[in-house]
Amino acid sequence: MMSDRELGWMIGAVIGVLVIASIVTWMLSQRLTEERHRDLIGNLVARVKAWWGMILIFGASVLTGGTGTVILFCVLSFFALREFVTLSPTTRGDHRVLIWMFYIITPLQYYFIWDQWYGMYTILIPVYAFLLLPARSALVGETEHFLQRTAITQWALMICVYCLSMAPAILTLNVEGDTAGPAKLLLFLVIVVQGSDVLQYTWGKLLGRHKISPRVSPNKTWEGFIGGIASATLIGTALWWATPFNPWQAATMALIVCLMGFLGGLVMSSIKRDRGVKDFGHTIAGHGGILDRVDSLIFAAPIFFHLARYYFDLA
Amino acid sequence: MNGFIGAAIAQLARIVSGATIRMPDSGLQKGQAVFFANHTSHLDFVTLWAAIPPSRRTRTRPIAAKDYWDKPGVRHYLINDIFRAILVDRQGGTLRSLREQLDQMTSALDAGDSLIIFPEGTRGEGDTIAPFQAGLHALHRHCPDAHMIPVRLINLNRVLPKGEFIPVPLLSTIVIGEPLPTEEGESRNAFLKRAQHALIELGDQA
Repeated sequence: MMSDRELGWMIGAVIGVLVIASIVTWMLSQRLTEERHRDLIGNLVARVKAWWGMILIFGASVLTGGTGTVILFCVLSFFALREFVTLSPTTRGDHRVLIWMFYIITPLQYYFIWDQWYGMYTILIPVYAFLLLPARSALVGETEHFLQRTAITQWALMICVYCLSMAPAILTLNVEGDTAGPAKLLLFLVIVVQGSDVLQYTWGKLLGRHKISPRVSPNKTWEGFIGGIASATLIGTALWWATPFNPWQAATMALIVCLMGFLGGLVMSSIKRDRGVKDFGHTIAGHGGILDRVDSLIFAAPIFFHLARYYFDLA
Repeated sequence: MNGFIGAAIAQLARIVSGATIRMPDSGLQKGQAVFFANHTSHLDFVTLWAAIPPSRRTRTRPIAAKDYWDKPGVRHYLINDIFRAILVDRQGGTLRSLREQLDQMTSALDAGDSLIIFPEGTRGEGDTIAPFQAGLHALHRHCPDAHMIPVRLINLNRVLPKGEFIPVPLLSTIVIGEPLPTEEGESRNAFLKRAQHALIELGDQA
């Protein structure tokens, strides 16, 4: 168990926000009883409830230190991969490759992160898996759509495993303050990225008029985008004390991860539209699948990890 | 004890197959039934069996191949005590052995049990539904009161394709349809065609 006053404050603040959200949702459900609001309220209640579950699980895993967090993200990758591959057209010839992806490469990637072996966890997937998995596939001898199928498996691994694993990789950074220092940096990233998602949704529902990309993601509006990203950046700035950044640096980092998160949502939506589905799954009530919830984190984490490590000399 | 193990296996099957179960809007038809499904994977009958509500599962018997399952040890125990399968001898191929298979099934129906059957006969690749074997019609004629319920299994062939041993944990869908409406004086071929079509349509809906 990790005890650190600042870490306690961060988790406490998140729980505080969630308490307020629960109260507001309850008040709304009392006020908006008309039939036309039913779907919105039902969805809101489900979302808030799911947030409680997600934050309790995430908070508990962060407090157990590195091992708990690495295991949690390994499980998330596994489920994300499951959702991704289910929607992608793979064939019988890919079965052996899929076995490698699910049962060997995913656990191995997280083992190297747990082991803090930077030289290995940064290249396992982009180099070793990149070269060896297509070779395994070629050995099966099924050549139809070979490049497309290979692209699918590579993309699945990069998105669902490599990029997502860069979030717990933050715990391997050399931040002052023992294990609590890196944990606070991870929490900073997750709060800003997920906060940005929630705030974009909220601003969009309140003021949204002008759609950004109606074909890809009909719910994204300019009002939601600007309001959500501005307010999430403010939250990030206000959390500078928990990071190695000064307030200006915290603001810049927060802005960058918000923008990356937005792009992540957009890219993953394009994949969903292409496959003709609204969500990747049904695991989290009100949110869709695991992948729907972590799509922004997937795009934000690797950039954040790299910028923090490189520009702030945290290697 | 067997009930507990059965429930545990059903739960495990649901996790491995990540199955989403879709029932008709009116719910699963009550009463004795013959569930007929497409066959693409070794996981098919366990997954379908696990999707049936527990109260009815104990009275629902899958049809399974004797040469594969009737081996001493775990398989023997599972297939006889947990799944309570009807083991048929598919090596025979003679008219007499076909007659025997059918008798086994009809006596289960007479005893009030429901059945799970894969009328395509053998496992397919998963994309198309092969023409049905005549046995389905014989069961229907023997016991017209049992509901003929189509069940479409989607993606299980990707979880565990033919010839593979390790399942990949992809998400599958089980679509349970409305019972086939009964039609008086229908020929065998017309009935089999209609049943096959019902299964194809369930796949198009998903």
